[in-house]
Amino acid sequence: MFDFWSIVRRFLYMLFVLWIVATIIFFMFRLMPGSPLTAFIGTTFTDEQHDLLVKRFGLDKSLFEQYTLFIVNTLKGDFGLSFTYNKPVINMIIEALPNSIILTLFSLVIAYIFGVIAGAYLAWKRATFIEGFSIPIVLTTRSAPEFWLGMIALAFFSFQLDIFPSGGTSAAGVIYETTLSKLTSLHFYYHLILPSLVLALYLQGLPLLLMRSNMLEVMQEDFVTMSKMKGLSSWRIVIYHAARNALLPVATAFTLGVGFAFGGNVVIETVFSWPGLGRLLVFAVSSSDYPLAQGAFIFLTAILILMNFLADLLYLFLDPRVSYKTKN
Amino acid sequence: MIAEIYKIFKENNYATIGVCIYLFFILVAIFADLIATNDPLRINFSSSGLSRNLPPSWEYFLGTTSNGRDIFSQLIYGSRNALAVGLSAALAVAILGTIVGLISGFYGGWIDNLIMRLADIALGLPFLPFVIVLAAFLGPSSWNVVIAIGLLLWPNAGRIIRSQVLTLRERGYIESAKVSGCSNFRIIFLHIAPNILPLSFLYGSIAIGWAILTEASVSFLGFGPSDVISWGYMLQDAYSSQALSLGAYIWFIPPGICIVLMVVAGFFISRGYEEILFPKIKK
Repeated sequence: MFDFWSIVRRFLYMLFVLWIVATIIFFMFRLMPGSPLTAFIGTTFTDEQHDLLVKRFGLDKSLFEQYTLFIVNTLKGDFGLSFTYNKPVINMIIEALPNSIILTLFSLVIAYIFGVIAGAYLAWKRATFIEGFSIPIVLTTRSAPEFWLGMIALAFFSFQLDIFPSGGTSAAGVIYETTLSKLTSLHFYYHLILPSLVLALYLQGLPLLLMRSNMLEVMQEDFVTMSKMKGLSSWRIVIYHAARNALLPVATAFTLGVGFAFGGNVVIETVFSWPGLGRLLVFAVSSSDYPLAQGAFIFLTAILILMNFLADLLYLFLDPRVSYKTKN
Repeated sequence: MIAEIYKIFKENNYATIGVCIYLFFILVAIFADLIATNDPLRINFSSSGLSRNLPPSWEYFLGTTSNGRDIFSQLIYGSRNALAVGLSAALAVAILGTIVGLISGFYGGWIDNLIMRLADIALGLPFLPFVIVLAAFLGPSSWNVVIAIGLLLWPNAGRIIRSQVLTLRERGYIESAKVSGCSNFRIIFLHIAPNILPLSFLYGSIAIGWAILTEASVSFLGFGPSDVISWGYMLQDAYSSQALSLGAYIWFIPPGICIVLMVVAGFFISRGYEEILFPKIKK
């Protein structure tokens, strides 16, 4: 197997980066112009009420004390109270997280299945009319802002044709009692279709282009020529020999894509009023709810960094050149 | 240099299309005052009251918004913002990435180590969320996007340029420059830098599209400036004014098409340029 300690070292390094990012974010919010409570405190508040709130959110302490408290609490999984909802931030994040995870994974899986197949097909059709026609289309879908695609989809499928809901995770008035009942409800998946398809349309470009260029590269390698000489059918060569090897970087890209999509989902969640982590962040920042914004941001960062770490590991596991060297 | 650029366009259709699209938008941006038929922010009235949600006509080529503003004129003026943001972000990424890559690759040691650790941190920040927080921190302005792109995207360019510098550093002519007493500064910027400029240009051209997309997203989320007409602002305006349920396609389709054209042009140019830089891909 590969070196255990190098993985531990990478893991510790990942925690270090996370700590730096958390620190940057903490100070950005603390140094923002204006009192963090201005948005929260009503004009009818008395001075005592104001002082009580300042104490309650720990804003009367020095910046350094606030910082050490923030780090200690974060390690305990306590992100403080939301200014606007007066609820523990961690509960709100845990509520939003499954929505984001499902939206991201669903779209990524659709995008990668389509992208890998279409990419392999286009590599096979190298230098034909089909390829010359498809590549600019793929580049164009990659250039379209996700939220704009979402707006078109909403205007056409929800408002004009009325076949899909216009946002949220449930029809008006319907509230899922538990996360489990939500995730097992068909209704939830009906709401998921439009946002995840739009997201998938945006995401498919990367795996497609990656798969295509990998295939082109692999097809030129000696073992493919060898298989041809052995008289294997071209279909068999493409599936069993070329595609298998071309898939490695795509698998890594998928892992990286999870972390990346989480951050990018901010817009798609807003367009479709999808109650996920990204939308929570947008809400928190626009209503100056610092504890909530801080918590949501740290979660998004943690997911991104963790996925980068996993992609590294996956590469070690999957790439025969890397794992072979370490095995011997 | 000029002959080289000419060669790119002669051999590469993608790059030619990309450059044509840019030239088109640059002309539109320069002559926006002449092309636009109305003041983009003016609320228009007619004898029958507020001119809201009007269909396309000779007076308003693309109709009006629900506030009675001229969509066509907004679209024309939006090109200025997109170009300004895109080009300055490209410049920021190219300059930062180049300098960082040069210094990191040439000096090595702890400087290199420090810079690469900073790169890891920049790459560990989720991009769009960071831009949003930055916009809240600095107040709404189109420059936030440029700053954020500069802060977060330099590592991609920096790392590639660094590895290029590592190989250049060992070349004979650098050795002889050192022996003949050239200062490090002179070696870096006079002898090494010209060799990596094509790479800087490549990463700069990739940043244009990113910047325009990001600016649109940030404006759409409501963190952009409210007094500057941009395509993202138009889309946000349309979204929040029920243009979707009204089926006002003429309002929100054109700004998106402009964004797509601009971004795709950036992709085309960098793609064409890449084929010249790394001719292996071509076969």
